Parts: sequence; C-alpha cells; structure tokens
Amino acid sequence: MTDQGVGGSPTRVGGRDRVTGHQTYVADVRLEDALHAKLVSIDCARARIVAIDVSAALAVPGVRLAITANDLPQPMPRFGPQFIDRPVLAVDETHYHGEPVAAVAADTHDAAEEAARLVRIEYEELPAVFTIAAALDPDAPLVQDPSFRPGDPLARTNVLREHRYGWGDVEGATADVVVEGTYTFPMVTQFAIEPHGFIAAPDGDGIAIWSSIQHPSWLQRVIAGLLHLPLSKVRVFAPDPGGGFGGKQHAKYEPLVAFMALRAGRPVRLVLTLEETFQAVRRGASEIRVRSGFRFDGSLVFRDVEANYLIGAYADIADRTVGKGSYTSSGPYLIPAVRIVARSVLSHTTPSTAFRGFGNPQQIWAVESNMDEAAGVLRIDPLALRLRNLADRGDAFIPGDTAADGDWAKTVERAAEMIGWGSPPVAGRGRGIALGLKSGPTTGLSYSTVRLLADGSVVVHAGTSDMGQGARTIFAQIAARELGCPLEWVTVVMGDTAVVPYDQQTSASRSSVLMGNSILNGCREVQAKLRSMAARLESVDEDAITVDRGEVRIGERVLPIRDVLIRGLGRLGGEVIGIGEMRKEAEPDHPLGGTAAFYEFNCTAVEVEVDRATGDIVVVRHVTVSDVGKALNPMQVRGQDEGAAVMGLGHTLMEHYIHDETGRIRNLGAIDYRIPTSMDLPLRMESDIIENEDGPGPYGSKGMSEGALLCVAPAVAAAVRDATGVVIRDLPLTPERVWRALRDAAAPTR
Amino acid sequence: MTIQPIEVTVNGRARRIDVAPHHTLLEVLRDDLGLTGTKECCLVGECGACTVLVDGVSVDSCLMLAVEADGATVGTVEGIATGDRLHRLQQAFLDTGAAQCGFCIPGQLISAQALLALTPHPTRAEIEEGLAGNLCRCAGYEQIIEAVQAAAAADPAASQGAAER
Repeated sequence: MTDQGVGGSPTRVGGRDRVTGHQTYVADVRLEDALHAKLVSIDCARARIVAIDVSAALAVPGVRLAITANDLPQPMPRFGPQFIDRPVLAVDETHYHGEPVAAVAADTHDAAEEAARLVRIEYEELPAVFTIAAALDPDAPLVQDPSFRPGDPLARTNVLREHRYGWGDVEGATADVVVEGTYTFPMVTQFAIEPHGFIAAPDGDGIAIWSSIQHPSWLQRVIAGLLHLPLSKVRVFAPDPGGGFGGKQHAKYEPLVAFMALRAGRPVRLVLTLEETFQAVRRGASEIRVRSGFRFDGSLVFRDVEANYLIGAYADIADRTVGKGSYTSSGPYLIPAVRIVARSVLSHTTPSTAFRGFGNPQQIWAVESNMDEAAGVLRIDPLALRLRNLADRGDAFIPGDTAADGDWAKTVERAAEMIGWGSPPVAGRGRGIALGLKSGPTTGLSYSTVRLLADGSVVVHAGTSDMGQGARTIFAQIAARELGCPLEWVTVVMGDTAVVPYDQQTSASRSSVLMGNSILNGCREVQAKLRSMAARLESVDEDAITVDRGEVRIGERVLPIRDVLIRGLGRLGGEVIGIGEMRKEAEPDHPLGGTAAFYEFNCTAVEVEVDRATGDIVVVRHVTVSDVGKALNPMQVRGQDEGAAVMGLGHTLMEHYIHDETGRIRNLGAIDYRIPTSMDLPLRMESDIIENEDGPGPYGSKGMSEGALLCVAPAVAAAVRDATGVVIRDLPLTPERVWRALRDAAAPTR
Repeated sequence: MTIQPIEVTVNGRARRIDVAPHHTLLEVLRDDLGLTGTKECCLVGECGACTVLVDGVSVDSCLMLAVEADGATVGTVEGIATGDRLHRLQQAFLDTGAAQCGFCIPGQLISAQALLALTPHPTRAEIEEGLAGNLCRCAGYEQIIEAVQAAAAADPAASQGAAER
C-alpha cells in the first residue's frame, strides 16, 4: 500500500471517477429544460457592425432566443479583472476574429447551430493591427476606446501600460563585453482538452452559474456586479476543470449566458468548440530586446531589457502577465544594474490571458538565450556562467523583494550532473542548459472550513479548483495527517460558492501553499478545541496537553484524537469545526503590489540531435530539476513537473498561431495547430526535485506547477546551437525554421 | 429529417434507439444515452477524447455517424470496469498517477484497451504509437505509458479478452 501521509503518493482523490468516466465536467451537467446556445461572429478581425437581422434565425423551429447588443442593458455592461473593457457582446464594432456579436439559444443544439448560421450580419471591415510593429505605428487604429482610460497619457496609443523596473546605473555601467539580441515568442493557446463550458440558470431570486472556472469567487463577483445582485444571490458551481492552464482564470462568456438565461427564464448552456476556445484564450506574444554587459570573467555588470508583449483586443489579465512576467527579467542572478521596460500592446487579436508561466516564459526565452549566446562570446561554459552569477540563499537579488529562497546552485548542479554536463555528447548532438525563475503569488486570501465529524472523519471545504494539479489530494493528505484519520475518511468539497468559503484564486501555483496553510490553520483550530475538550474530560490544565498528528498527549499518556472526540462530543454527537484563513497582504509600495510568496526555480538541461537535412530536432534527453521545498505528494509533483516540461516543448518546437493578412487565425483547431503527442516526447525524460523544506507552505513546501515549463525553449535552443553552431532567436523551432537557419549559416557570406 | 432506429450493444447492454441520421455516435452516446464519460473536444478526429470501441476497434466517435454503428457492439469508458471492480488498466492509471485533470483519460483508456487486445505485451514504442491519437495537455504521457506497461505486465491473459467484452 502506498504511503498516504504527507510526502507519500496516495491514489489521487477523485481519481476513481476520472478512470471510470463518472467525473462530471461542466459539459456533463444536465439541467432540465436547458437551452443550447451558439455564438455568432464575423469572419474578420475588425468590423463595423452595420446591422444584424435575427429574423431568419428566430424562425427556426425550437429557437427561443436570439440576442444582440441591442437586447442587453444600455450602456453595454463590461467586465474584466484589470480593466472594465470587455463587453458582454460586441457593440458597434468587433475587435478580434471570433468576437461574438450575437448569440442564439434553442431547445436543441442542432436548432441553435442552424439558427446561428442564419443570423445575417451586415458589416464593414475596418483596418486592424495584428503585429507589434503595426500596433505601435503612430497612425495605427486604436484598439481600445480611449475613454476607458481617462487621464492616461497612453490612452491614445495601443500601449495599454508601460512597466519600468530596475536598479543601479545601466547607462554608466562599463562592461568588457556586451551581448545583445532580440527574441520573439509567438501566440500560443492553452488548448485544455476540455473546451470552456458555461451554464446559467435562474435560481429563485438569484442566478446559478456553472463554469469550468479557476476562480469561482472572482466569477461570483463579476456576475453579481453585472446583474446588480448581492453576492449571496449568485451561486457559482465550478466542476473540476478538464485542464485550465490559466485560460480558465477569468470570466469569458459567463456574463452573456447569464443575461440569456434571465431573458429566457430557462437554463442556457454554451459549450465552446475547440476552435472557439482558440479565439477566446491565448498567451501573449512577445518581442524582447536584451542587452547584457559582462566582465571578461563572466560576471554580469548590467542587463537592459525592452519587452513588447502583444496582447489582444481586451485586457483580461494580460497586462498583469506582462507586468509580473517582465519584472523578473533579471533572472536568478546578482546584477548590479538592471533596467526593464515592458509594454503591453493591444491588438485586434484574441485576448491574451494567463497561461502557465504567466508572462515569464517569454522573457526567460529571451534572457536565457542571451545568456547562452554570452557564454559563446565570452568562451565560458554556459553552466559556469550561470553559477558565477547565481544568487545564493538570502541574497536580495531583486532589491525590495523576497530574497533568494532556495539552494539554487544545488538545483542547477543536480541537473548538470544528471545530463552529464562536461562529458562530451555523442557526435552530432548538443546540450543546452537554462534556468527558470518565477515570482509566486504576491497576494493571497484563502479561507477554508475543516469539520471533524463525530466518528473522526473529516470534511474540508476549500474554494480551490482541482484542474489536474491534484489540490484535492494534497488537502486531504494535510487533514488526514493533522487530524489522524485515514485518507479515505477525508472528503474535500470544492466548487460551490454557496457552500465553500472564499478563495481568491487558483493560480500562480499557490494552492498547496496558501490554501494548504489555510487548511493547516483550520486543522490547528480543531486541535485547539480538542485540547479544551481533553482538559475538561481529564480535569487537567490545557497547558499540559498537546494535540498533533492525530494524537492527544497528556503528560505521558497518548490518546487517539477519535477517543477524545467521541467522549467529548457526548450523547448528542455533533462535530468540531475549525476555520482556516491564510493571508498574504498586499504591499502598495511594491511594484507588483506585493513581494513573492516564494519563487519557483527550475533548471532544465537537454540533449538534442538535429537532422541537418530536414531541420527536425529530436530531444534525446530532457532533465528537469525543480526546487519544491517539500514534495507533499511526489507522484503528483512528478506529474506536474513533466507535464510542464512537455507543455514547454510544445511552444518550443511546434505551437504558434498563424494569421492571414486580414487577421484571421488560419490554423484554428486540432488539425492545423499541433501540440505534443505521445510521439513527440523526449527519448528520455528525467524529473528530479530538490527538497530543503524551506518553503512557506505546509511542511516547507513551495508551489511548483509552472517551473519546468519556464526555460525549456532556451535550453533546447542552446542545445541546437551546441549541436550546429546556429543561433535561432524566434520560436517555435520548427523543422523549417531550423533548416533555413542551417542553410543560411552554410551559405557563403555575400 | 428522418429519425432512424438503430440497434447497438453498448457496454454489453442491447439498446434500440431512434437517432437523427446526421448525429454522430459521440452525440448519441452523450446526449441520447447519457453516457457522458466519452468526451468531446476537437470534433475532427485529432484529440482522441471521444475514443470508443466499435466491434473491438478503437474509433473516434465524433467521426462516425450513429447510424453507421447500427448492429455494432460499442464499448465506452463506463464499460471498462466490472461492477465496482476496476479493470487493471484503470487501476494502473490510478497507481501511476496517470489521471491528472482526467478529461482525456476515457479516450486514453479505450485506446490502451484496444492496444492491449491486439498487442498484449507492447514495447514502449508500440504504446507511444498506440496512444498517439490521444492528446493529453496535462501531458502525463510518461505516467500514462507507465500505466499501460504496468497493466500489460499485470495480467496478460485478461488483456486478450478485454476488447471482446
């Protein structure tokens, strides 16, 4: 039997339903009398809506509703986590390919599809911008209405925000060698296998919403605001998402479906097609110029970063990914002078949002590639160059923020050792190494309820979304350990805002740390009540009693919690309830509004073989080592680490949106947009962890679900350079791109 | 639209249902029979979330019309276990941590079942190829492959009968 305790790898809680087909995802929720909704959009990036005629759609048998902007409150309700800019339906003008201008709802899915096709839209295509250069052109059409940002000097440009960070004197720094390059990262999409699904239903004098959402409490607030309802009248059900990866953090079409359900007086369900999810969520593209100054001995003197991130037509949480992602562009290194300028640039494209890594993979691709090139210029080993500059534990490597919180050199050395760094690779192969650093959550608020029932079993209420990371299992492990019951005796209730207390969000690899601590605190409160109970039962002073890990100790005597509980509760039974709370307060003076709760730190080392005839890259070995503090569940840690690594290989080797000249996405859907399959794995994948129990989470844990994705691309590109001598600064490293680079390098200089 | 009656045996149970001729087997399984374990994602036969067994062969149920299944035997994820006893593939998926978000898992299990029926002791390369049509974005491929290996090692005799059930 596998160890069920903390640090063991018990079977996933909720695993059985996942292997029997009984796990209920949002599309599996069946409500009586529900209408099926379908979105209607225009097949171009930007258009002026002249007229919409829904009469033919309404004539389809079974169609109950067809709504446009005119059917919604005036002015058009808008929402968004950072800027209140996204309309429930496009009004007057569309801003990206796929933006809905109308929606229909019918008794059957067939009727809804037919009706959607029959909505007639008269429109005039307008000039649009889909690239950073076009969006920054002084004559570019504005993506966002300037009135949304009153008083903002940037409001009459497509720059949503410009972030500036840094310290020291970059201009005055004198370096022996300056290495400079511009690195691009394309638009990629989350591609959760579960397409986004939304259901809304009138619920007495309120409304109920079902969504595969990562932040149920946040969604509750958005819906309450739009519908002018008290929070208590908005009940959000959040069935476990079938993958989220950031794409399901914030509201998308829940507001639309809510208005439709209220109008129809019936439940309305909308399940997106995969193509529609491509048009709903993506990662920000980027073009990042890096200048790094070094002394001949390899020590970094300065780093100068200018980053433009191409975000979409509505802000969503994109600017935060830019601000937070770029903030750590100095990497895990000690650099005396740093200057970072990062802009979020609006465009007439799919709104970009959070995506595993949250703005970091883009800048890490740039700065770590730059680091590798610098190693080449300086003739210093790329590993040695990193170690020379790497921050030690306690170093204030980002002044004013959390100091380096891990033994990062050990992590790097472990990865180097595993890949056999220093020994020559087989002829024709090359090795690359890169480091990934990400600031964890900067604020947090997680409540939980821990209920010790009369028989010693436990119910935990937590507002985290279990989207595959395995939060439910971790929480059960914590409760089982603290309250001394078998794991099977713990039920973790999630995903219903009417039942579970507030949780800020499921993001930034926070849940084991923040909600985990909240649950730990809830357990501690239960333990304190048991102490009082034992003191009363045994007529001893509370100070003489300790309760820990399921045991009540009174002097030399050890009693199982359960015995004290049953005696203490007495004939009426009942339960002991603990309230857990975990806060990470905001710090208004900090550039990000708060310091890092922890850093995710990863080192990835790869060995590749490049087919010079085709440009195809084979990843022969892929080593990932993450500093996790403490692996609460090593099997799940491995799953997250390897999963992040493979996702990183996706954007490294194959994934990118391709737009046509009018801003339409040409490769919508699974045929033309490739993600890694079981045939695309490294020939050998090795995942290891460093555990020093030095994290702020329960038992010294840190968040770790994004680390192994952060630096895959620069590691692979470095290995390609090592194997071929060719430097590539644009992703993805498709065979065509690699082949062209090899051809260009071989061509005689003209 | 002419509704057409079909007869299918789904997970061992004979069903006679009226289906729309343009509805896919996926739609009929999920919407008409309430077997929502089979998942819908890409609808173009690329992701494998909707994989089912039709007469022992794994197919993307989004690409097959329900009327084409008339007279066939269909196996879905709900039919893999025997009562409350998990099939060793399911147990192996749990043991190796292969099921993360879980959305692709029904399809992975069915593809693995089809693979083991034909190749009871597959090599790693054969497993990779056998599951190549099933996307996992949590990308637990390594743990999924280990699960199939573990299931193959667990009971070679039973694997040959799996697809016929």
